[in-house]
Amino acid sequence: MVTAADRVPVAKTYKIYIDGKFPRTESGRYLALTNKRGELLANVCRSSRKDFRNAVVAARKAQPGWAKASAYLRGQILYRVAEMLEGRREQFVAELKAGGVSAKRAEQDVDRSIDRLIYFAGWADKYQQVFSAVNPVSSSHFNFSVLEPTGVVAIVAPDEPGLLGLVSNIAPAIAGGNTLVALASEQEPLSAISFAEVLHASDVPAGVVNILSGLKSELLEHFASHMDVNAIVCCEGGLKHRRQVQTLATDNVKRVVFRIDTDWRDAGAQNPYLIRDTQEVKTTWHPIGV
Amino acid sequence: MATKQNALAFSGGWEYAPAPESTDHIEVASRYGLFIDGDFVKPEKGRYFDTINPATEERLSRVALAGAEDVDKAVKAARKAYSSVWSRMKPAERGKYIFRIARMLQERAREFAAIESLDGGKPIRESRDIDIPLAAAHFFYYAGWADKLEYAFPGRRPRPLGVAGQVIPWNFPLLMAAWKIAPALAAGNTVVLKPAETTPLTALKLAELIADAGLPAGVVNIVTGAGATGSAIVEHPGVNKVAFTGSTAVGKHIQKALAGGRKSYTLELGGKAANIVFADAAIDQAVEGIVNGIFFNQGHVCCAGSRLFVQESVADEVVEKLSQRMETLIVGDPLDKNTDIGAINSKMQLDKIRDYLKVGEAEGGNLYQASGRLPKKGYWCRPAFFTGVSQSSRVVQEEIFGPVLAIQTFRTFDEALEKANNTPYGLSGGVWTDKGAKIFRMTQGLRAGVVWANTFNKFDPTSPFGGYKESGVGREGGLHGLDAYLRLGE
Repeated sequence: MVTAADRVPVAKTYKIYIDGKFPRTESGRYLALTNKRGELLANVCRSSRKDFRNAVVAARKAQPGWAKASAYLRGQILYRVAEMLEGRREQFVAELKAGGVSAKRAEQDVDRSIDRLIYFAGWADKYQQVFSAVNPVSSSHFNFSVLEPTGVVAIVAPDEPGLLGLVSNIAPAIAGGNTLVALASEQEPLSAISFAEVLHASDVPAGVVNILSGLKSELLEHFASHMDVNAIVCCEGGLKHRRQVQTLATDNVKRVVFRIDTDWRDAGAQNPYLIRDTQEVKTTWHPIGV
Repeated sequence: MATKQNALAFSGGWEYAPAPESTDHIEVASRYGLFIDGDFVKPEKGRYFDTINPATEERLSRVALAGAEDVDKAVKAARKAYSSVWSRMKPAERGKYIFRIARMLQERAREFAAIESLDGGKPIRESRDIDIPLAAAHFFYYAGWADKLEYAFPGRRPRPLGVAGQVIPWNFPLLMAAWKIAPALAAGNTVVLKPAETTPLTALKLAELIADAGLPAGVVNIVTGAGATGSAIVEHPGVNKVAFTGSTAVGKHIQKALAGGRKSYTLELGGKAANIVFADAAIDQAVEGIVNGIFFNQGHVCCAGSRLFVQESVADEVVEKLSQRMETLIVGDPLDKNTDIGAINSKMQLDKIRDYLKVGEAEGGNLYQASGRLPKKGYWCRPAFFTGVSQSSRVVQEEIFGPVLAIQTFRTFDEALEKANNTPYGLSGGVWTDKGAKIFRMTQGLRAGVVWANTFNKFDPTSPFGGYKESGVGREGGLHGLDAYLRLGE
């Protein structure tokens, strides 16, 4: 019988996720991630501006199709993501623990991530009814306002909690029909990268979600300034970074959403207003009568 | 483009007798101070500027030029009114004050309409039938929200933001003031508003009306001036929320100025709307819609249908009918009830429009401009369109903000949609067809905040208005317009 000691475990290569594929960063650079004892956990990709631009191209390409997918389908796909994460629960708990999260907290975070996906899966075909309106205009017109996805969203995920923070920001954006590029936590990127595998196995079309690992200090300005990104959701950064993001975002009047002080473990961190943050209101008029 | 000889020959024996709106009932003071803390006060530095009638180039009044120190006074007055009175008032009572403004505006509608046309140059028919009634309707609509805010945002407890700093343009002076002030007050904020430097009069008359209505001092403050005054409001640390309507260039400048701060903002910026006419449209109605889309308010409209896309098979017919219709449009005295197109708002704007006419021709476009006499004095521009222009033409890409239409053709639905969306703007759009399914496919596909199907340039207080992409952030009007003036806590 082979014992654990007899077998060399297979270490995982942590790559980035662009257009439904798992490439290495084009830059060839890496970040050595270690645990508290200083042992190497993984060499994660130090994504470049080029990686980000490639991801935006993929997200833009996927945008019309995902925006047109029925609300029911988007809900089912989000539910499927939750199913896949539930099935791989132990892997994610282990990954968080390896990164230094306590056993109890790791279990809670994975459970909350799954539940948050279910929560937003349920919203996919409901937020429209909550936030839309038929407007009683005085003239003889039928007039209604509906929500449409803003388009391509760039997300700077919170550093902590690595998995739950990422899931909490991805779920409302895609529930609302956006496509996105997310920069994973610098501190806890492993579970984020593995989460891409969950998405990949869940019928999320290629390009709808793209996940990069790397340094905010290098990538933030590109997230904020890219002319084909419609909105930026930024969960990290002090005053200086906020100023930088908002200043660069003006070049194409990007929508800027800061979620800096949110406690992602709190139940209050899930609500449909997170979906609404990356929606546009469209009002349509048509005359009544012939 | 030759006009058919058997077309309606309005230029012949069809002269209209003048039908001017009388102005003997209106009062415009020779000089206006700043409306701060419930009173008209002199500007600290004692500087004033002229506001002129663009149809006669004559001075109507002298208006105070507010400096940073005046803006500071106004913001402090607004803060004091916010903390001591307005935020503590029962919402239902707050609403009653706003209702009162609406009613008094209705009572004085004729006077406001005449002043609006004098100061801004727009035809009296528009100020009388659209601008002033809509402004009153906005106050009436938002007044009723004051004590019902929690119903607008399920699961949230809406709270006011504090002092709103508001900067508005010259194309719909009173209406824009109403769009800004009404939701701000209903949500429980106080206001410092700056009207545009070429059209300050109706905002100052509104200040008089607000004083007459007995609003607590400092709840609404109106300061006049140009860009520097606007910057002073936007950058004032005592302002919690900035609301701006104007050009995309200035909007970006404001967004930059606010970067890193905690002020929230809404921006209603420029546009270059596509108006798309399919072969199966009711062509005569579509032509009326094209005219209304681009020549309404001299084309000084951010959501103007300034790019026309006509399906190739009906292009000749549409262009011919359009040019004939344009011959019947009367350009002239804004106070005359027969006038269709009034005066261009300012010399500066007229120069800009003339530049674009030259640019369009230099780029190879074919210019058609209606004939007809123009008054000797004043700023005028005959309605015009370009054919033979391409997607890359500046007159197709850039906002002209005048009565100048760029016409292009298309063959397929997809081509029309692609061309329509090929702009950094996304404020509005129009589609003309008799097929319902085609309407829905097009209105869904257009990346724009307001889409008119078989109509154009319609507005209502209950109807949210605002842009996608570089046309702005946030919505004004309707339930969605409240959002910009509230903090949505749990």
